[in-house]
Order: sequence, then C-alpha cells, then structure tokens
Amino acid sequence: MTSFGRPLTRNEDPRLLRGEALFVDDVELPGLLHAAFLRSPHAHARILGIDVTAAKTRAGVLAVYTAQDLGAYWQPGPLLVPPPPIAGMEFHQRCQVPLARDKVRHVGEPVVMVVAESRYIAEDALGDITIEWEMLAAVGDLEAALAPGSVRVHDDLASNVAAKARQARGDYAAAVAKAHRVIARRFTYDRGASIPMETRGVVAQWDPRADRLTVWDTTQAPVVIRNGLASMLGLSERQVRVVAPNIGGGFGPKMMMFYPEEVLVPWVAIRLGRPVKWIEDRLEHFFSTTHERSQIHDAEIALDAQGRILGVRDVFLHDTGAYDPYGLTVPINSQCTLLGCYVVPAYDSTFTAVFTNRTLVTPYRGAGRQHGVFVMERLLDIAARELGIDLAEIRRRNFIPADAFPYDQNVIYQDFTRLSYDSGNYAPILEKALAAIGYEHFLREEQPKARAEGRALGLGLVCYVEGTGIGPYEGARVQVQSSGRISLATGIGSQGQGHGTTLAQVVAQQLGVDIRDIDVTTGDTDQFYWGVGTFASRGAVVAGSATHAAATLVRAKILKTAAQHFECAEEDLVLADGRVHIAGVEERTITLGALAGLANPMRGAVTPGTEPGLEATSYFGPASGATASGVHAMIIEVDADTLRPTIRDYVVVHDCGVVINPLILAGQIHGGVAQGIGNAFFEKLAWDDQGQLLNASLADYLLPTALDVPRMVLDHTVTPSPLNPLGVKGAGEAGAIPVGALFAQALEDALQLPAKGIEILEIPLSPSRLWELLHGGD
Amino acid sequence: MSQRIAITLDVNGTAYRREVEPRLLLTDFLRHEIGLTGTHVGCEHGVCGACTILWDAAPARACLIFAVQAEGHAIHTVEGLAPAPGQLNPLQQAFQDTHALQCGYCTPGILMTMTAFLAENPAPTEHQVRDALSGNLCRCTGYQHIVDAVLLAAERAR
Repeated sequence: MTSFGRPLTRNEDPRLLRGEALFVDDVELPGLLHAAFLRSPHAHARILGIDVTAAKTRAGVLAVYTAQDLGAYWQPGPLLVPPPPIAGMEFHQRCQVPLARDKVRHVGEPVVMVVAESRYIAEDALGDITIEWEMLAAVGDLEAALAPGSVRVHDDLASNVAAKARQARGDYAAAVAKAHRVIARRFTYDRGASIPMETRGVVAQWDPRADRLTVWDTTQAPVVIRNGLASMLGLSERQVRVVAPNIGGGFGPKMMMFYPEEVLVPWVAIRLGRPVKWIEDRLEHFFSTTHERSQIHDAEIALDAQGRILGVRDVFLHDTGAYDPYGLTVPINSQCTLLGCYVVPAYDSTFTAVFTNRTLVTPYRGAGRQHGVFVMERLLDIAARELGIDLAEIRRRNFIPADAFPYDQNVIYQDFTRLSYDSGNYAPILEKALAAIGYEHFLREEQPKARAEGRALGLGLVCYVEGTGIGPYEGARVQVQSSGRISLATGIGSQGQGHGTTLAQVVAQQLGVDIRDIDVTTGDTDQFYWGVGTFASRGAVVAGSATHAAATLVRAKILKTAAQHFECAEEDLVLADGRVHIAGVEERTITLGALAGLANPMRGAVTPGTEPGLEATSYFGPASGATASGVHAMIIEVDADTLRPTIRDYVVVHDCGVVINPLILAGQIHGGVAQGIGNAFFEKLAWDDQGQLLNASLADYLLPTALDVPRMVLDHTVTPSPLNPLGVKGAGEAGAIPVGALFAQALEDALQLPAKGIEILEIPLSPSRLWELLHGGD
Repeated sequence: MSQRIAITLDVNGTAYRREVEPRLLLTDFLRHEIGLTGTHVGCEHGVCGACTILWDAAPARACLIFAVQAEGHAIHTVEGLAPAPGQLNPLQQAFQDTHALQCGYCTPGILMTMTAFLAENPAPTEHQVRDALSGNLCRCTGYQHIVDAVLLAAERAR
C-alpha cells in the first residue's frame, strides 16, 4: 500500500523529541566568539557622534564596529522582491542598512556591533558605548505620515509614500449607478508579530585551509542567502555553504533577507579569523525581526437587490515600516485576496504603502491575505444584514460557479502573473461547514434560547481563498544509495512543516519503499545548489512536484537496470518493499541497494551516454499559483461582565486539492488557526507617539495558550489542482487567514451589536477594546 | 564579573564540575558548558517555557536560575527522558504518534512540564492537561495534538 495520502507519523520527530536535533544556537565551535548589537533606543534620531573607546578596551572584547568601520562593505540591502509590473505604479526602494550611519529610522535598528569572547562580555561592552543623538519627531500613524509637512522617514524623498498602485477592471461607476445598495466602511487591521519560539540567529565560520565559509542561519531561504553572501563578500558561491538546520518556526519573517546580522556576522568571522555567533534575544526580536499588518481600508461594495455583488472599490493604506526590501508582496496579497470566492464584476483597488518609524513589515503567515478577507467578508456581513439575507445565502449567491474554473481574476498577483484560480468548488465546502457547526439549529433554536436566558452566544462564518504554490521553481535530487536507503535533497528550508515526511511520501509513492528508509535533506546549500525558499504555502506544491519528477525518473532507472540484470522486459517487473522482482517469480529478486551497485560499476565498459547511479535531479516551476479555499465556522459565548469570549465550537472545512498527509495537514491548520486567534483577539503591538513599542515581552504581548485555542473539527473536500502532477495545493496559511473576520462577526453577533448601532470593523480585538466599543469611545 | 566559582551540578544523574561566573544562567550552563542543547531558550524571561527542566522533579524555568543556584539539586533535562539511546519513552512516543510537534523547539520544555504533570495526575481530563500546558507556549501546533499526546500517554500507562 502506498504511503501517499496516509496520516503517517513523522521522520523528523525522534531526534527532536530526544533533544538531539541541531538548531542554530546549538552550533559550538572551537574559538567561538559572540556578537551583540547596540540598537537604537529611538524611533527617529540623527546620530551626531558615537564613542566606542571604552568598549574597545574592555577585557574580552575583540572588536567594535560602527557603520564607518565597515568601509565599502556598508551597502543598503538588496531589494528582495521587486514590485510587480502594474501599469502606472510608483515605487520608492529604500532598503535596510547593516548599521545605521547618519540616522536611525526605527527602535531596534542596529548601530554598533561588538564582538567578544562571550555574549555576556559583549553585552557588558554595549553599556560602555555612548551615542550623541539629535532627536527627531517620529511618525507611526499612516494618515499623519501622509499629511503635508509630516516628518519624513527618508529625507531624500518628497513624502513618506513608499509605493502606490491601482488595479482596476470592469466599470465600478456603472456598478454603483445600477446598484440597489452601496455600503461603505472604514476597516483597520493593526500590527502583529510572528514570534516563532526560536528567535533568529547566525553562526559563521571561515576555514582558511578549505578556503570556505560556512554559515548556519535561521533562514527560510538558504540558497538565496548563499548567493547573496558570496556576492557581498567577493567569494564564489562554491566557497559558501549556508545551512538552515532545524528551524524553530519561521512563519514568514525568517524569509526576509538580508537582515543586518546576516550580512555582518559572516563578514566579521572572516575578518577576525574566528567563528562568530549571534543569537537574537526576545527583546531584540520584538524590535528587529520584521512585523506585519497595519492597513486602513476605505472600502465600498455595490450590490443588487438580491445581494449579488456588482462591484467593489477599495482604497487602502499599508504600513511598510522604515524600509521596504520585500517590495509590495503584502499589499498586493491584500488587494488580490479581497476578491475571495466571489464573482466581482467590477473591481477598483488602490493602495498607498507608507514609510513609518516602525520596524519593517514583511510577510507573516497570511501575508496580507487576511486583510483582504476581513474587508470583503465584513462587507458581505453588513450587506446581508441591510438586505435581510442570510449570512450563508449571500455568500452562496456570489460564489464563483464550479464550472467557471479556471477563473481569470484579471489582476496581477504577488508572483507577477495574472491571477487565475486554477480550480475550486466552493458550495460543497460551505454546506459541509454549515452542517458541522449546526448552523440552522443554532440560529433557530440554540441562540434564541440562550438569549432568552441572558447568555451571549454568537456565530461566525467566513469563506476565503488562499493563493498558494507560486513559482518560480524548486528542485530535488533523488538517489538510491548502495545501502538501499534513498536520499532526497531539495533547496528549500524547513521550519516545522514536516517536509522530511511529506516529501518522503512523494518519493515512496514512486519507489515502493518505506518512508523511514528515505533520508530527506532540506536547507543545506552543499546538498542542493538551486532553490528559492519556503514561503507562500509552496513547499509541498513546488518542491513536492520537483520531488515527484525526480522520483519518477529514478523509478525508470531502477526498472531499466533491473530489466538488464534479469534479462527481461521492464513490464514484467514489480518494484515494491525496497526490491525489484519478476512478477509471479518472487525468488527472482534484487534489492535497490544491489541495483544501485550495478548502476555504478567499478570496472567494465558501459554504453556511451550512460549515467552512473540510480539518481535524478528535476525541477518544477508552475505557470502560476494554485488557489486553495475553505470555510471556518465558530460559535462563541461571551461573558457579559468580562467580555471574554469562550470558543465553544470551531469548524474548518478546507480544500487544498490532493492531500499528501492528513495528519500533517491537520497540524498546519490547527497552528494557523491558533495564530489567527492570537491575531484576532490577543496580539497587539502597542506603540506610543514617540514610536516606542510598549509591550515588547511575552508577558505583555500575549500569545494564545492551550486554554485559549479550542479543539477544532476539520473536514476536507478535494478539488485537485491541474497545475501540478500531484494535484496538490498549499495549506500553510489557510488556518490563519479568515480568523479576524470570524471573530468580528461572532462577537458582533453574540453581543447583538448591530441592534445597538455598533459594528466591529477592526482587528485586533480584546476585552478592553470591546468594552470601549460598547461604551462608545476610544 | 571575572570572579569564577567552582560548582558541581547533578544533571540527569551525572555530576558535572565546572568553574563559572555567578551570573551564568542555568540554560547557558546546560547548553554551552556541558553541551546538553536539548533545553531550548525562547524568551529568557520565564514566560514561554521552552527552557523548562525538572528541578528535584518539579518543573522549573532554567532561564530564571543561575547555574550556581543549582548545586545540590537534581536537574533533569530532555536528554534524560529516553530509556536508551535511539529510543523514546512513552510520552515521547505519544508525541510522535499524535503529531504533537512541528518545529520541535518548544517540545523539550513541554515534555518536561508534562512529565511532572503526569507523575502527579496519571488520569487527567482534557481541561486539566490544557491548564497544565498553559504555561508553555507553542507557536506551531495550536496545542490540540499536544493535548492528544498527553491524554494518549496517560491512557497507555493505565
């Protein structure tokens, strides 16, 4: 029986469970030095002078560097993602710098690097440094940042506009002219942080004898880091090995590059001729690892009398933080994902990305998609209420019909292609979710009964799509070793997604071996040269499809070699259980290990053109992304005194095409929902008007605990993707995307806010924010 | 700060003698002085629970303890759980069987917390498990499979 599609337990787990797995901070090397960074305590200030004299003379300190000390190595970081080709767009590239030179633009921006014999000494030396600052007003509010006369984050720009892009199709004005109802609202979605349990870290070692640099980095994209470091350091890519070993969660911000520490630690390791380690502490993480989310949307929807969407117009502001190296991925995702599961005949969306004196914004799980879902789903909720249509019915009426796929959305997506939904069938997902949550029963019986008893029960129901599995490409190499074990190497990194198991299942499907006999290597540039990275729910789709192609080629080589060995036709052979035998003749059998030996002979002539070994490398690049979809439904009860909601039921029905491993998929969805709950109700980065982050600790920035995340009920439908041979779609972000809208809706329902003239148009929420909304103020 | 103190710590039943600064955290001692890197550091302010170890059989945050304070106490870390090299103990096995870990970074601390919890509560309810688990943060799993693992381990032990 093939392992593909089965809920197999993971290959990765035993080493992690015994505490044996290597994480970056576990790397110990002889002579290891430690770096620490003096970071700006101010959100916006000029650097008038830096005195590092005392730090340099502290015992145990080897070196202290300011921007001036970096010489020609001081360069702004590369633009990681150029803006997509949208006609008429404006984009101002201002990338982060290794150490701030003339002024700092957000709290936590590194200014001085100290290298010492221990981290303790390095941090002692930070206290020896004095900097003379000229304080500048800081700007954090998006509208204030765009007001005439606002302080500018980048002095050389005319304003704080980082980018502006409009995507429009259809005739929105005509849609409004014939509309029965036009609904306009302002929606705000505030910042959050991804908070992987492992912070960032870099260890670098220059080996002068091997003439090679090895870097252990908590990155989601080791190949891109390798290429960039080689270029910056004037080395051949062959001289640089980047290893992303076990990574303690990524969620997007570890895809950002290059962080200043990634640029500086390898450089100083070469310069000092000793290995250097830097591990971010949690306080640094709050200021220095990228954030996501602030957006303000002024959106309106035009509908006919039956609640059918005629058009949507949205004008929104997006906070990109102090620099914009990740281009426009997040606002483009918001812009495209807003269209959701629905037919939207006219769409007119314009965004302005804004520089602020805050930490950089780059993708974090969902990567702007949740903002689009929030706006569209909330508009539909309001429309349903105003038109007297059931919540589920207004969605049903607007679904893209099952026979309309592939469905051209005619907007440019984050991967630069014209967004087209590859496949989908939304109505069955909704019906399953309604049945699972007990929709009719809840609305007709349970909720009225609860209300009569004075209890506040509410229901949320949200539909969404998730663009996944985008290009450009990934590759994989599959090899049968002489031991009979199979090795698979790919260029992506893994941060807990279980690639060591799911990719093994893809190989096992072709080679008929147990997944425990497959060794998967991810995140080591010496093991696989080419790759892009783990982001946008693309690992299983893109690396999975490359793995499938390579395994298919190896299967053909196995059968060809065995046919030569047995002097029979390939069609007569059976490949299973790690061996090949002749069908019906079980004793004529050979192991894969023995075949690998035959394919790599020590002596004798081979046919010209023969490749040694049972090995193949393949690449896969999808023409465009695969679009997954789903529905979340939730019933909550809100405590009337504390306004604290308790989630009573939570249902996810999801369609990510063919499922490789349902157990791992469930884990991805559970984790996404937990982050979504945090985003919706617990996690808010609080700033003062000087740009100071007020809650930079896990005691103050609240992550959901085991008491806050409910038991979830999952179900699936399967609409295979036609864009890849496995029929799979990504699933990494599906759990997180709809939860904000779900909370707003369920809380509004539970507290009967519309009857009081109150709507929830913002995320994140909290008991205190609900109290403010209920009592009419800020 | 250059003053060093000789200490001998009992970790997983082995005595480790080192000279350390008084300010050295127990996490740094375990991870970087004696190479037991299974205990992870997530916040260094006692909230996330990734560094949880057993201190005389009770769960404790190693990031909030100086190494010099641990002398005379029995310290147990994740490396001491498996009955033999290459094996898993019943709780670890239940974690694998239910897919209770993803990135695995918070896992050692959770295993130590739950080891002490199950010793005191061999037949817990789901709510009791969640309550005991609520001092350990996990950013990957949404906790559901961890709860399942602890309940499964308890059930198997009966």
